[in-house]
Amino acid sequence: MTTMTYREAIRLALREELRNDERVYLLGEDIAQFGGSFKVTLGLLEEFGSKRIMNTPLSETAILGAAVGSAATGLIPVAEIMYGDFFAVAMDPVVNQAAKMRYMFGGKLTLPLTIRSTLGGRRGAAAQHSQCLEAWFFHIPGLYIALPSNPADARGMLKTAIREPNPVIFFENKMLYNMKGEVPDEETLVPIGQANVVCPGTDVTVVAISDMVQYAVKAAETLADEGISVEIIDPRWISPMDWDTIYASVQKTGRLVVVHEANLTGGVGAEIAARVSRQCFDYLQAPIERVAACDSPVPFSPVLEKEILPDDRHIVDAVRQVYHYQ
Amino acid sequence: MDESISMDFGLKLYETMLRIRRFEETVCDLFARGRIPGFLHTYVGEEAVATGVCANLSREDWITSTHRGHGHLIAKGGKFDRAMAELYGKATGYNKGKGGSMHIAEPDLGHMGANAIVGAGINLINGAGLSAKYLGTGGVGVAFFGDGASNTGSFHEAMNFAAVHELPVVFVCENNGYAESTPRWYHQKNERVADRASAYCMPAMVANGNDVTEVYLAARAAVHRARSGGGPTLLECLTHRWRGHHEADNQSYRPKTEITDLDRFCPILKLKTQLLESGVKETAIAAIHEAIETELQAAVAFAESSPLPDPSSARSDIFTSR
Repeated sequence: MTTMTYREAIRLALREELRNDERVYLLGEDIAQFGGSFKVTLGLLEEFGSKRIMNTPLSETAILGAAVGSAATGLIPVAEIMYGDFFAVAMDPVVNQAAKMRYMFGGKLTLPLTIRSTLGGRRGAAAQHSQCLEAWFFHIPGLYIALPSNPADARGMLKTAIREPNPVIFFENKMLYNMKGEVPDEETLVPIGQANVVCPGTDVTVVAISDMVQYAVKAAETLADEGISVEIIDPRWISPMDWDTIYASVQKTGRLVVVHEANLTGGVGAEIAARVSRQCFDYLQAPIERVAACDSPVPFSPVLEKEILPDDRHIVDAVRQVYHYQ
Repeated sequence: MDESISMDFGLKLYETMLRIRRFEETVCDLFARGRIPGFLHTYVGEEAVATGVCANLSREDWITSTHRGHGHLIAKGGKFDRAMAELYGKATGYNKGKGGSMHIAEPDLGHMGANAIVGAGINLINGAGLSAKYLGTGGVGVAFFGDGASNTGSFHEAMNFAAVHELPVVFVCENNGYAESTPRWYHQKNERVADRASAYCMPAMVANGNDVTEVYLAARAAVHRARSGGGPTLLECLTHRWRGHHEADNQSYRPKTEITDLDRFCPILKLKTQLLESGVKETAIAAIHEAIETELQAAVAFAESSPLPDPSSARSDIFTSR
């Protein structure tokens, strides 16, 4: 095991996959000499050169269009969209092209495409640099979606994504880049669609996504003092979702809280709640609770931002509510 | 006819254009009779563009096509029977009935698909150019798109991206004067889309898109430039859409003079006259017509008699299994 940051773990995965397959290349804004806005790709230009670490104009549609076209014609692109918010100007190559080409063509194309991007607030970056937009892609058949919550998963999931013969949107959480954790020395891949039971428990299941896993762990510590045993599940991939692991946990605990930083309405939590109510109806002992951001743009002032975004206090409240439900 | 074009090659161009024309006329008839579901945007009148451009390409070169895409597929080597079956929504179609007219594709022919999102293919082709350059295959990519697509943001981003990265691609604007129902003079100030290339320091050419030899020669220069590392070219082909935007369009917005006496624009008649003048026998041309009719009849019979897809197949082909 080696201790490294989430950022370093992602860089390690990129380096390993660039070495592993000549067809793998990176493209995006400011990713070469500058190392990317979040310094994830720092140093890769020196090792792999400008052909494989390709700086692009500030043109998200061109980046993603070229990435899709090159994946269709023999390369394995890893495109970077600096902030997830910027997908809004370049949805077509993802939603109408990448997600549908194989299907529209009757299975005739394979698209080994990874799109790395970021999500999340808490940085005073305001409404256009803080969103969690994973639900937009969750709604689209034909895309896989990764949301690693720690360094080891970030490395193992990115390696899987790059080797996957299908389009994967890989969402990195900006607040996790400096998170340290142990990463296996040997090559470890996280299978696609496999959830992680972060900590086992018996009273309440908490399904938490991306950096909300950290808040869930903190909440579980508080709740343990009150004698409430929380089982935390990190789906890691929301598409494909590991439904079996979630159902099995809820069938054991009879109570569910779903947590994400994205807005409440139309969020991934809504789908989880709907499916669990159908599949685990006879086991549920309380209504399912959802913890999410208020349905609001993310404000600038830190005091306002804190008011909007969920944290461990909200998880504690929600767990207490389902635990004490009569 | 240009002296660099042999009689045999001229006949080949003639055959391809006629294949497109007769395929389109046949599917229009079938559509009117309710045999083909969905939408139908035909390429009638624009045959010289796909034919002249694709005559410079091999199977390893990629194209991206448009909603008006049957001509591109046929010019790239597409077969009538598989194409017809796809338009019918049959299991034997190129794409098992999942794509239809607007998404027909055959990657084995270097065809990355018709595309119903106007302007999308202009960026996708950069990826094909990138692959060719990266892998050193010597291949090129060609994006077909209309004058309407030249007003999308996709066009601007793709032109700049290709120019900056010196990609081996050719952008072929099929300027038929209409973005659906909106005339060119209303949708852009530029008289020529090609004028926009200078904004990207990209070479541009304008060809008479109703003259297949002119298109062929212009595309030959652009494809040569791309193959030899000279980067992208914008080739504008001025052509004429003979029918409506799609088959349900009565074209009330067009002056009558534009859609009458269409033979004066016809690239097929023009080439036929040139071929006859240069000594080709009427019988040689008649033989081409006859062979195409036979193949078309067989294609219609194939499509009619092919099975519909198993409804359960609607759930497959979303992902590649590992």
